[in-house]
Amino acid sequence: MSRIKTLNTRL
Amino acid sequence: MVHQYQLNGRYIVLDTCSGSVHAVDDLAYDIIAMAEDHTDDEIVAAMLEKYAGRADVNEAEIRECLADVAALRAEGKLFSPDIYSGLAGVLKQRSGNVVKALCLHVAHTCNLNCSYCFASQGKYHGERALMSFEVGKRALDFLIENSGARKNLEVDFFGGEPLMNWEVVKQLVRYARSIERQHGKNFRFTLTTNGMLIDDDVIDFCNREMHNVVLSLDGRKEIHDRLRVDYAGRGSYDRIVPLFQRFVAKRGGTRYYMRGTFTHANPDFTKDLFHMADLGFTELSMEPVVCAPDDPAALTPEDIEIVKQQYELLALEMLRREEEGRPITFYHYMLDLEGGPCIYKRISGCGSGTEYMAVTPWGDLYPCHQFVGEERYKLGDIWQGVTNTALREEFRACNAYARPECENCWAKLWCSGGCAANAFHASGSIRGVYAPGCELFKKRIECAIMMQVVRSERAEQEAQE
Repeated sequence: MSRIKTLNTRL
Repeated sequence: MVHQYQLNGRYIVLDTCSGSVHAVDDLAYDIIAMAEDHTDDEIVAAMLEKYAGRADVNEAEIRECLADVAALRAEGKLFSPDIYSGLAGVLKQRSGNVVKALCLHVAHTCNLNCSYCFASQGKYHGERALMSFEVGKRALDFLIENSGARKNLEVDFFGGEPLMNWEVVKQLVRYARSIERQHGKNFRFTLTTNGMLIDDDVIDFCNREMHNVVLSLDGRKEIHDRLRVDYAGRGSYDRIVPLFQRFVAKRGGTRYYMRGTFTHANPDFTKDLFHMADLGFTELSMEPVVCAPDDPAALTPEDIEIVKQQYELLALEMLRREEEGRPITFYHYMLDLEGGPCIYKRISGCGSGTEYMAVTPWGDLYPCHQFVGEERYKLGDIWQGVTNTALREEFRACNAYARPECENCWAKLWCSGGCAANAFHASGSIRGVYAPGCELFKKRIECAIMMQVVRSERAEQEAQE
């Protein structure tokens, strides 16, 4: 399991 | 540029230039903190030492996390370079001299006598005045003539107290509606009121025509009535709260903001927000007072620290209420991580002095409502247009890259360089920096993003159940 979760896909 | 912080037990990493928001664990947090100026081997050694005794941390785990960091960097989501300084003036240059929003000062007079009023009890340091229909009509024509290809045009009815000139407000809305279609425009009207003159006619008309209404209430009765008094010195709370409740109920509980001001008297402003929630209001905005540092209402350095704690308390309470199914909205905690403003908007800011202007009752133009009454900030008038073009250029040059103090600030693409009026009132220059405002802004963004992290966790849990 990754220890980093990116909340947004969208500057 | 990367900003890391811990809040409410969460480890959060923000990548300034991509806008990416990363929720991480403690190991990833520490690895990212070292990633810019240490080799992988140095990081592995440091992490093995720090996390000795943790069963889930070994060299393979650390190297896997390092690979994730490298992948995010390659995707432009971590340590992304600042490539925007060249875009800093693009939006405003591209927009030319387009004007898309006006703050119409329909009344430079007020039926309240609030001592902290930035507008000097509605008179803006000048004479009492009401805007005539003819001046307002010309202002709307000026807006259409100067709006270029923009479709959405915004007009806020402001004062003073705009309901003291209510018939003109209605006439102006009707006039705008009669011409918007032929010009291919869409007017969005808003109204800011102290509530004293709300009646059924105001409620029905506003609920039909006003995109948003801003209702001034400072919270608890003893806080509100301390400063928001009539000319006989009587508090206004008991008169306006029932009117606001009726107004909001007939609006369906949407498209409004309760707008409070907190001062040195109530840096514990969350009590006032929760009081408003107890009154049945859910759309809330509470702002620090804008005044001279020697004003008795001004926030002190000690107050600023209290306010920062209050912002954290507010975020936690809002999350608790969401879990209980009775959410409230706080304007500055509304962040849409997928659908927020584009990079051009984030760099260029609110548009004051270029695409957004205030119109006085006699038709003079100012960069925004907070500059009205400052004679050297007069831009022109609604008949001649902008004649002080040097001043307009000064405002055009205001952006997130305009101040050297902002160069290495992680929040610059969230705050867009901040409020020119706040900078002016704090430093005497629109290119100045209002440092306490920066502190509060950064705390608000940190809290708002932490809330997004918690909501994301909750959504994941719900999906699994």
